[in-house]
Amino acid sequence: MINFEAIKAIYKFEMARTFRTIIQSLISPVLSTILYFIVFGTAIGKNMQLISEIPYGAFIVPGLILLTVSMQSVTNASFGIFFPKFLGTTYELLSAPISYIEIIIGYVGAATTKSFCLGLIILITSFFFVDIKVVYPMLMLLMLFLSCISFSLLGFIIGIWSDNFEQINFVPMLIITPLVFLGGSFYTIDILPKFWQNITFFNPIFYLISGFRFSFFGEGEVSVWISIFSSVIFIVICNIIIWKMFKTGYKIKT
Amino acid sequence: MSNIIEIQNLMKVYDNNYTALDKVNLSIKKGEIIALLGPNGAGKTSLISNVCGISSITSGNVFVEGYNVEKEYRKTRDLIGLVPQELSLEPFEKVWDSVKFSRQLFGKKRNDNYLENLLKKLSLWDKKNQIIKSLSGGMKRRVLIAKALSHEPKILFLDEPTAGVDVELRKDMWSIIKELKNDGVTIILTTHYIEEAEMIADRIAVINNGKILLIDKKDNLISKMSKKTLTIYTKQILKSIPHSLKKFNLRIFKNEKKLEYDYTASGNKTGITTLLSKIKSSGIELIDVQTRQSTLEEIFVEIVNND
Ligand SMILES: Nc1ncnc2c1ncn2[C@@H]1O[C@H](COP(=O)(O)OP(=O)(O)OP(=O)(O)O)[C@@H](O)[C@H]1O
Ligand SMILES: [Mg+2]
Repeated sequence: MINFEAIKAIYKFEMARTFRTIIQSLISPVLSTILYFIVFGTAIGKNMQLISEIPYGAFIVPGLILLTVSMQSVTNASFGIFFPKFLGTTYELLSAPISYIEIIIGYVGAATTKSFCLGLIILITSFFFVDIKVVYPMLMLLMLFLSCISFSLLGFIIGIWSDNFEQINFVPMLIITPLVFLGGSFYTIDILPKFWQNITFFNPIFYLISGFRFSFFGEGEVSVWISIFSSVIFIVICNIIIWKMFKTGYKIKT
Repeated sequence: MSNIIEIQNLMKVYDNNYTALDKVNLSIKKGEIIALLGPNGAGKTSLISNVCGISSITSGNVFVEGYNVEKEYRKTRDLIGLVPQELSLEPFEKVWDSVKFSRQLFGKKRNDNYLENLLKKLSLWDKKNQIIKSLSGGMKRRVLIAKALSHEPKILFLDEPTAGVDVELRKDMWSIIKELKNDGVTIILTTHYIEEAEMIADRIAVINNGKILLIDKKDNLISKMSKKTLTIYTKQILKSIPHSLKKFNLRIFKNEKKLEYDYTASGNKTGITTLLSKIKSSGIELIDVQTRQSTLEEIFVEIVNND
């Protein structure tokens, strides 16, 4: 019943859109990652206390990857669906013999692919700056993959919800960046006062970072299973929201 | 002929509580060209959007080849090609890629020969590697048509295909539409141009305020509804109508030497013979007579105004 050709068409179209702007899509995240390494890893990091015997420069690698991947996933996926809405070309998606499933797999799949590749590129870049070994490489790939899907789905929802360019920039800037920073990307939460530690447990990104870091160093703040489980839950919730949106035609159908 | 589209009590109420379609019933026969005629805001686009899945149906049912457009949308949408009113296209995509995308989106096997012929028919072949942004408005309209036909639909909806299109291109479109009809495609088009409906449609539906006011074969519509006007040119300007001619409701003119008489062409008794003999006996001298049939445009204006 699934229209696989349609998925391919959307996926290819989205990937082609990236390749038209491949330089911008790659250079700016890689450059900002390098800057983080120079500032935090090398300059400030030398004076930072070791966290669980791991050099600070290495410690921040998972957080840095997640920071870039989350922003890029959200941006890519939200613009992917926002542009057709803006241009009016969604008429073709809506009049084609496809359901929301093909649309999600096409758009979110492409956004996930892009940020997954970007995550790997940043990881490779980091090898040039810090001494880092990945303890559980397969788990690392899985966590990276789950993160990319989660944020791409979230971006897709934002893209449907947004009515204008301001809104589409607003959410990543005002919500995702703070959550990634405060979720322990650059520190372990035990350095926080108790009150803020408790608040952090409500931050979904905390669990992603913890699991991701576990795959690198073999230790995380919560069990890696909780990390996997919570991101799966997040993915399911996003899917339900998208299904509802398409079913009711929210901001897509008139 | 069987009905390929069956619309039953279709209601569309938008989020702002505006009723754009009010219990519309419409049956469209396989292979016909039907023109939806109506002023701005009549509900033409809304009607098309409800059949094609762009808009969610408030209530009522729409069937395409017997399949329900909401429940069996994969089957119905497969049969339908849609050319929207707006020129909604991806500006940086190449014409060829865009058409190929559409075909694939509808789950059809790749067939470059078919697409090549399609682009050639629409005079787009030499533009196939241009990005859409670089095309003129009329050419963009053709790209939309090519995209709509890319999956070989049996039904084609054209929402104002000739809006903003020059005479030359319009004639091209008409011949494309007729060719499609010959291939057995059912075509539903909306238009503001009466002469367009008159030129290519088999049947005409007049829609206003979300209601279908009437639908009939084009020829029937013209002959059934049409008023004919008999103009009688006289030797002198008449100051008043003689008593013996009062019952004919003649029109006289202050500065012209003529009389006008309205009658319906469908009736057996037009009254012309009596009128002419009465005129003769009243002593008015005739120079010439002329009859004129009202155009669809006049009929249309009358229907909409009476609504
Ligand atoms: N999304 C919407 N929300 C609210 N009202 C709408 C919406 N779309 C259309 N309408 C209203 O519904 C009515 C019918 O609109 P529609 O676009 O179907 O008209 P139309 O016959 O296609 O007109 P035109 O000839 O101008 O294209 C109009 O009054 C319009 O303002
Ligand atoms: Mg319209």
